[in-house]
Amino acid sequence: MSQREQADAFIKQMEEFSETMKRSVGVPAIIDPRSGITMWYDQRELKLRYILSVERIKKFFEALSEGKVLATRCKATGTILFPPQVDCPEAPGSEVEWVEMPVEGELLTWTVINIKPYSFSHYDDYIVGIARMANGVNVLAWVRCRDPSKLKPGMKVKLVVVKREPEGYLTYELEPVEC
Amino acid sequence: MGRRVAIVGTGHSKFGVRLDVSLAELAYESIREALDEARIGLDDVDLVVVGNAGGWSSEPLPAIVVNEYSGLSGKATLRVEAACSTGSSAIKVARDAIASGDAEVVLVVGVEKMNESPTPTVVEFIGRAGNYFWEFENYGLTFPGYYALYATAYMFNYGASEEDFCQVAVKNHYYASMNPKAQFQRRITVEDCMKSRYVAWPIKLYDSSPITDGSAAVILASEDVVGKITDSPIWIEAIGASSDTSNLSKRQNFLGLDAARKAALQAYKKAGLDPEGVVKQLDLAEVHDCFTIAEVMAYEDLGFARRGEGVKLVRESQTYIGGLIPVNLSGGLKAKGHPIGATGVSMAVEIARQLWGRVERGRQAPVKVGRGLAHNVGGTGHYAYVTLYSLSKPRG
Repeated sequence: MSQREQADAFIKQMEEFSETMKRSVGVPAIIDPRSGITMWYDQRELKLRYILSVERIKKFFEALSEGKVLATRCKATGTILFPPQVDCPEAPGSEVEWVEMPVEGELLTWTVINIKPYSFSHYDDYIVGIARMANGVNVLAWVRCRDPSKLKPGMKVKLVVVKREPEGYLTYELEPVEC
Repeated sequence: MGRRVAIVGTGHSKFGVRLDVSLAELAYESIREALDEARIGLDDVDLVVVGNAGGWSSEPLPAIVVNEYSGLSGKATLRVEAACSTGSSAIKVARDAIASGDAEVVLVVGVEKMNESPTPTVVEFIGRAGNYFWEFENYGLTFPGYYALYATAYMFNYGASEEDFCQVAVKNHYYASMNPKAQFQRRITVEDCMKSRYVAWPIKLYDSSPITDGSAAVILASEDVVGKITDSPIWIEAIGASSDTSNLSKRQNFLGLDAARKAALQAYKKAGLDPEGVVKQLDLAEVHDCFTIAEVMAYEDLGFARRGEGVKLVRESQTYIGGLIPVNLSGGLKAKGHPIGATGVSMAVEIARQLWGRVERGRQAPVKVGRGLAHNVGGTGHYAYVTLYSLSKPRG
């Protein structure tokens, strides 16, 4: 059973319990099997999905469809900003320009996410790493590698644009040259 | 600098899976104990600062709910949040209000009811605590995952092992076994820890602090009224506070927490302590061991050990009583539990009671210099507070 199925099964069990209790005692009281403690099974469910503004950085998303990962550069200071931002706090008022992130980088560190957040619980275990790119700027992303035991600090990685499935949208990941 | 401020009363709930109480009932356990200990009434309180991270619990306005239940409605109040360092930030807000002359007596309560949501939801909420859009939305990091990025770098760079990290868990479970307020009362071995499952490689379940319900409270008073309340105040000697980038990718290395280092140096400077020999000027430290790697990094960030040598303190058992400096005699976040908003306040309560010499046998630090340190980190080094508590009134 995937972690998603386990989580959903757990909720379903509580829901069924609360339905039974509503029929017998009139309220959605559920009893914790371990402690025997009575709890209230919430009758209100909040679905939380945000709608975020990307208007000022939409070039970033347009470039993904061309296979490019963009950063911004502060015109006054030359500082590369990644994730891209359109304001340059070290030189207020200065404009930023869009630049391409280099493809080549080196892996700094990584982890394998075994226990997943609910909204990621439909995936198999995934690797998240941080690489220092050739321009000295770090990128955090999934590392495309089936065997994490092959990963080493300093390993060459490429920054690639990929389609994330099953959602089917473009994002970027790190691809070790050998893995 | 303002007026000097002291702790004059402490309260601490039992930490654990507290399905038996609501958020307000849980908070009141500590509030009542702290008021009793200070022997003051509700009328004496000028301001209530409630530390609560929330999200996983049902009340979006925890301060007013806790206050109503506790008979404190009508008081000036606010809820503060600085992730896992919420408790220390609440103490800072309260300290500042008194130091400025705006309040004489302030009640600080940290409370968290994490078990109102199922575990995958709690994992999700904490995983989102960083930079949601750039590091969570696409990559689904978790709290152990963030710290695992540090653990991996630390292991490869300094030759530390998973067994080394497990030693921290063994120590903290050992002391928690003597702390009746702790979530875990059972001692563990390195083997138990090594056999536990990975939650975010190389971090295992037994390297991790649990999901905890709990509360802790302190009453703070100005130097002008302290004498009327108690003859044994615990003074807030100095608070160092700092922060770091929301995106972990913006950090230069993953071997220590810059925010914690800055907060420590700030606190030492304010208290006039020599950062080089700081262990000699402390009786004990409560450090933010949300994961075992975090305790090892804390040794270094606080100057107890040089860079890369925190792991040596672990190998030589230097942070047990009798070693270089006793650390996390409460059991730490790892074994006492980590109710996010309560943790920093819990550290203050623990240090006060240690300095008063009233904790359980076997986990009482010898009190020689009369000073303890709380190291409270929010998120993954996103926020950091280092607070020095002392039996002696600080210099004006």
